[in-house]
Amino acid sequence: MSGTGALSLDIVPPVSDKHSQHKSRYTVDRQIPGAFDGETVTRRRFMTIGSQAAGGVAAASFLLPALGFAIGPIFKETPHTWETVGPTDMFPDNNYIPTVITLTPGIGEAGKGTVYVRKRNPAIDTDKADRDTQFIAITSRCAHLGCPVRWVDAAERFICPCHGGVYDLLGRRVGGPPVRPLDRFYTRVVRGMVQIGTRYSVNSELERFSPRDPGEPIDGLGQYMYPSRPSERR
Amino acid sequence: MARPKLPAPPLPSALQAPPPRPGEGNGALTPVDHAKEAGTSVVDWVDERTSLSGAARWMMFRKVPKGTNWFYTLGSATMFAFLNQAVTGVFLAMFYRPDPSGGAYESIRHVTNEVFLGQFVRGMHKWGSSVMVILVFLHMGRTFFFGAYKYPRELNWVIGVVLLILTMTMSFTGYLLPFDQRAYWATIVGVNINGTGPLIGPYLSDFLRGGGEFGATTLSRFYAIHMLLVPGLLAALIGAHLYLVAKLGTTAPPWQKAEKNPELREAEA
Repeated sequence: MSGTGALSLDIVPPVSDKHSQHKSRYTVDRQIPGAFDGETVTRRRFMTIGSQAAGGVAAASFLLPALGFAIGPIFKETPHTWETVGPTDMFPDNNYIPTVITLTPGIGEAGKGTVYVRKRNPAIDTDKADRDTQFIAITSRCAHLGCPVRWVDAAERFICPCHGGVYDLLGRRVGGPPVRPLDRFYTRVVRGMVQIGTRYSVNSELERFSPRDPGEPIDGLGQYMYPSRPSERR
Repeated sequence: MARPKLPAPPLPSALQAPPPRPGEGNGALTPVDHAKEAGTSVVDWVDERTSLSGAARWMMFRKVPKGTNWFYTLGSATMFAFLNQAVTGVFLAMFYRPDPSGGAYESIRHVTNEVFLGQFVRGMHKWGSSVMVILVFLHMGRTFFFGAYKYPRELNWVIGVVLLILTMTMSFTGYLLPFDQRAYWATIVGVNINGTGPLIGPYLSDFLRGGGEFGATTLSRFYAIHMLLVPGLLAALIGAHLYLVAKLGTTAPPWQKAEKNPELREAEA
């Protein structure tokens, strides 16, 4: 602030400033009939705001619960279960045995799915060896769009009937549209019996990731572009 | 009390009733006259209290441009396909059970094989859905190739595109309801196609399935979307679509030449 600024304050502007014609915030000053001293909101305006707020509360009281109800199942925790599929000597280490487990309880046959199981073979299995992978359990759900793949023994390939996805013995893609290898399941051995646990996804290096849906790549940026479900993240 | 009478239809004089002879009756209406005018009276009674006839006239008696042809009926055809879906769908819903552990398939089997005319009504709904999708595309093509989407009809085009998407949603959700192998696997594939959208795709799949896996809620969720949510939106948007058609009028086909100078036209006549 310089001296000239202080001087200019004293000069009345030649053109009327529209902002200077500010209406008083008091209804009495604005000569509104029936106005009270010190009243700043007209009754009409108060009623308008009040009835709109009441309508908003009434609408929200059924919209918000309904919306939460509709999207609630997404955040439901899925129980971690183990399902026994057979004795350890039932599964060779160079070929898959199809087993059927319940993937979704409560919907009968539609909730069951085929899982291909074999014993871990150190000569070919290069992924991390720990107590969860003494047996390799590979899903029959194609990583393209979820059709059921079938293990073809003679070709040593998993083949998908829908769009021609082909996978090798380790479940890695060798042809067709799939974007990642076939998903796997955790396995464990309890009293000589093989049990199958929850599903996990693998990238093309067979590194483990939280389970993703088919069609979602997890190599490179894919793991960020297609986030896993919060309730299933590990 | 004398009532306004409708003008006589333009019948040949031989077919017209002879006017009452002088001295016949005293102007009072006989019960037969009342019965004859019952329909008019009812319509009058409603119209006097609603003024609906003005709206009906505004909707029905519009000027249409020269050159209007059969291509302009595709929109109405689509609407009748929708009405067919709505009516047959309501009656199918009286038999359908959205039960994933066998009940859904069984109820569809029951409708198809045992209910009187069940196969026919289900067939109308099943094939009618394909007819509706085809008609929607033909109607869209007509609008596009005739340039009927241009100012001031852009909003109607936008509403039409939303209607197309909703129609596709109906096809997608309805496909699951028979709950046979084809329905199940087509829905698995369809939901996973939704999931391939980056960032929001996985959440969209979860919303459609009602969870991480295709489960017990998926079928009832699809059923509710198919018969409550989307039909309501469709009906409301068809209303808006029709209102704009009546408000803005239809376009002439692009090959229609502009009207000549009115003076020249009079000279021609």
